[in-house]
Amino acid sequence: MSPATAVGLAVVWPLLAVVLIIVFRNRPNLRETGTLLTGASLFAIVAGVILPSVQAGGRPRFDVWEVLPGLELAFEVEPLGMLFGLVASGLWIVTTFYSIGYMRGHHEKNQTRFYICFAIAISGALGVAFAANVFTLFVFYELITLSTYPLVTHSGTKEARNAGRMYLGILMGTSIAFLLFALVWTWLATGTTEFTPGGILAGKVEGTPLMILLALYAFGTGKAALMPFHKWLPAAMVAPTPVSALLHAVAVVKAGVFTILKVVVYVFGIDLLAATDASRWLTWVAAFTIVAASCVALGKDNLKARLAYSTISQLSYIVLGAALATTAGVMGGGMHIVMHAVGKITLFFCAGAIMVGAHKTEISEMDGLGRRMPFTFGAFLLGSLSVIGLPPMGGSWSKWFLMLGAAEAGQWVMMLVLMASSLLSIAYLMPVVVRGFFRPVPVDDHHGNGIHEAPLLCVLPPVATALGGIVLFFYAEDIWLLLMGMVP
Amino acid sequence: MDALWNLIGDDLPALQIAMPLLTATVCVIVRRPMLAWAVAMFNAWGAVINASILLYRVWTRGTISYVEGGWPVPWGIELRIDLLNALVLLVVTSICAIVLVAVPRSIADEIPREKHYLFYAAYLLCMTGLAGMTITGDAFNIFVFLEISSLASYALISQGRTSRALTSAIQYLIMGTLGGTFILLGIGMLYMMTGTLNLVDMADQLALLGLNRTVLVAMACLGVGIGIKLAVFPLHTWLPNAYTYAPAVVTAFLAATATKVAYYVLVRFSYSVFRINLTFDGTHPNAILMVLGIAAMFAGSLVAIYQDNVKRMLAYSSVAQIGYMVLGLSLANEAGLTGGLVHVFNHAIMKCGLFLVLACVLLRMGSTRLSAFAGLGRRMPLTFAAFVLGGLSLIGVPMTVGFVSKWYLVLGALEAGLWPVAVLILASSILALVYIWRVVEVGYFQAPPEGADEVTEAPLSMLVPTWILIGSTLVFGVYTSLSAGVASAAAKMLIGGGS
Repeated sequence: MSPATAVGLAVVWPLLAVVLIIVFRNRPNLRETGTLLTGASLFAIVAGVILPSVQAGGRPRFDVWEVLPGLELAFEVEPLGMLFGLVASGLWIVTTFYSIGYMRGHHEKNQTRFYICFAIAISGALGVAFAANVFTLFVFYELITLSTYPLVTHSGTKEARNAGRMYLGILMGTSIAFLLFALVWTWLATGTTEFTPGGILAGKVEGTPLMILLALYAFGTGKAALMPFHKWLPAAMVAPTPVSALLHAVAVVKAGVFTILKVVVYVFGIDLLAATDASRWLTWVAAFTIVAASCVALGKDNLKARLAYSTISQLSYIVLGAALATTAGVMGGGMHIVMHAVGKITLFFCAGAIMVGAHKTEISEMDGLGRRMPFTFGAFLLGSLSVIGLPPMGGSWSKWFLMLGAAEAGQWVMMLVLMASSLLSIAYLMPVVVRGFFRPVPVDDHHGNGIHEAPLLCVLPPVATALGGIVLFFYAEDIWLLLMGMVP
Repeated sequence: MDALWNLIGDDLPALQIAMPLLTATVCVIVRRPMLAWAVAMFNAWGAVINASILLYRVWTRGTISYVEGGWPVPWGIELRIDLLNALVLLVVTSICAIVLVAVPRSIADEIPREKHYLFYAAYLLCMTGLAGMTITGDAFNIFVFLEISSLASYALISQGRTSRALTSAIQYLIMGTLGGTFILLGIGMLYMMTGTLNLVDMADQLALLGLNRTVLVAMACLGVGIGIKLAVFPLHTWLPNAYTYAPAVVTAFLAATATKVAYYVLVRFSYSVFRINLTFDGTHPNAILMVLGIAAMFAGSLVAIYQDNVKRMLAYSSVAQIGYMVLGLSLANEAGLTGGLVHVFNHAIMKCGLFLVLACVLLRMGSTRLSAFAGLGRRMPLTFAAFVLGGLSLIGVPMTVGFVSKWYLVLGALEAGLWPVAVLILASSILALVYIWRVVEVGYFQAPPEGADEVTEAPLSMLVPTWILIGSTLVFGVYTSLSAGVASAAAKMLIGGGS
């Protein structure tokens, strides 16, 4: 299989799972096996065929169809998209294992619909990752929004319905009002929407309009949860935990920041932004989001809500990296897509395991729980360290490069923001671990002191991703080398 | 192919009008409902093939001119088909034919059996009028065919099963007659000034004559008259009632054809007859039409959000969508006009599909109120899925036809340097999201009332045409050479001042 064919195949491959799921809808074990096999083969295609080609400097391209003159549906894989594709397809496998444990352990209904929408969302994520132009990216961006709506509203309760309304309203509203506008503007100004190394806007759009265009892209990508368009993310936490884990810590939100990063590098070009200072305002918006969301997270007692605000804060790291418009900044942003994904998915997995194993959702109720669920809380500790950015976790590297990027741009305030955010994340994540391990078990708890974890399939995935965070610490250089191809 | 063309090819344009006129009388003679339906089907699908051949001919060989009775132009009546009306003709005939498939099952519950043959006769007469308006090259002929189609549509609307259908039909009759009168006045004044009724000839004379007070008044009369038939805000008041109380299939048919043909007439007069330098004072956007179009987009969508009857909601949505078309026309540049024209095609298939969905819902649930949609996602999954897809198209999600229209309209607005207009176009799409999702939420989440009857999926004879149209919204959202390709070529021709 040539890498170019593999690119086209990878995007539609998850839809194969949809077929299998529908065929085996009445036999849950076969149904989930179908998803797992599709996931494994998808990862084999992405990591085994496309990755070597991209590492060798190739840009495998797959043209699908010209929808309107000059507006083409096409895929082309460059380093950043490669990385996002790897993350999405790799973590899909882990999450499927986890979903089996969680959905069955939690006795959720409509599991067939759940797995179908999940697979379509992954297809959307890969479409975004491999998009060769802004138009293709936009198409798959909307596909993700629509396919995850049934997941957010899975329970069908009034709360879920309202959350779904906000989810769709903000994500679709911003994308139609701003992102589509930016897309048409870009096309009108340059006659193309192709992602091109070095950007396409230099000499075409200048001055204040350039800043406005950047704003349209940044706020149009509602999935990046930049304040003030962040409210959908905490609302989406009403979804089953596997959805929060893979989609609202990895696929959906990363599709958002990935879009911003990709547009900054390949549509604007960091040289243009650095020369015109058009992105300086965005560093401030990102900095505000980082600090404000961390502060809100401090006050949340519901674990998933706290993690959601932590995600909002961490996403803006990547936006900040893009807005700094320096080599180290965008590379650090790209790296943070991976590092945060692995760290945050661990934390969500743990939150779900606690929910299934101990039926607890509030942090204040988790006193002494760590002694009953040592593996879960151990994984939570490692995941927290990665999000905070401490060795020996992968998260320390991305933070390092982001700091470097801020220094390169001469923006000392941003370095301070990053450091302050690290301290804040210690303050909102560590109490969970401390409560779990060191607080005494409440007297009215009659579960005893024995180990009582959630089902195996709920515990193994977070342990695996937590260990993955350590592995990434040692293999960060490979990611760095891959991303080098992104900046000319 | 060529041999066939030589045999009857020259008369194809005339057949487009003569055939439905003839078969309408045949329907009255045969009287048996299914036989009348068979006759109508034969005619309608023949018309689709005919229209396709005509479009292909125009695309490959240029404008077709057919002189009725051999009287030379400009004395005789000419049928003149260029890219613009060839596309509209294809839309009108296709919609006629596809809706007709669903008609027998749908009207079985709504109209007494002994009146069915008359229904088919009126349907075909309406088709005659619409096809005639579309392809005639004669100004007075436009009025004649307009009246044929209007009278037939009053009859069709009045067949709705509630007594409100009668009052709605009368309301439409009064408004429609007013509109027709204005159009006749306008044409009369133009005839007075130019001494000709042939549209091409009239355009040439007007170009020499320039603007004077009579021509201006004629323009105004035509604008108001066509505006009523087109239901341009604020002349749209007849439309919501007519659409709501007409039989379900009639709404599907009229929503996708009558207003589209009226829009065509407006484009024809503003770009071909008065030409771009008279209508638009050069290439400046036309402020009146632009303001009305934008007002329609917002008024229609906002009112749609508060409707309890989904059929009425879609009727108001039509008012908004007509606003998009008028806005496209008013921009007076190629991209904008392409957007307006391609939306004729796109809106026809999506709105017709959506109204057919409502016909299915009405058939099974006995109502199109929002409450009838409770639990529809489980009770009629195929019908409901069609509604969701059609709705996404109305919103303008990429890969649907709605996106193609929106793309050209936004492009047109930006090319004209009117970025606030572009913003408004996009903002009104979000309103569409609101009114569509209200229905989707009810269908998806709300449980059907306790003790409700078992409901089965709609019959195939209605599902198939519905899905043909809804499927087309996806197909033509990706494959755009027919819709956008022809529309942009037609726009180029009109902007260039061609016929």
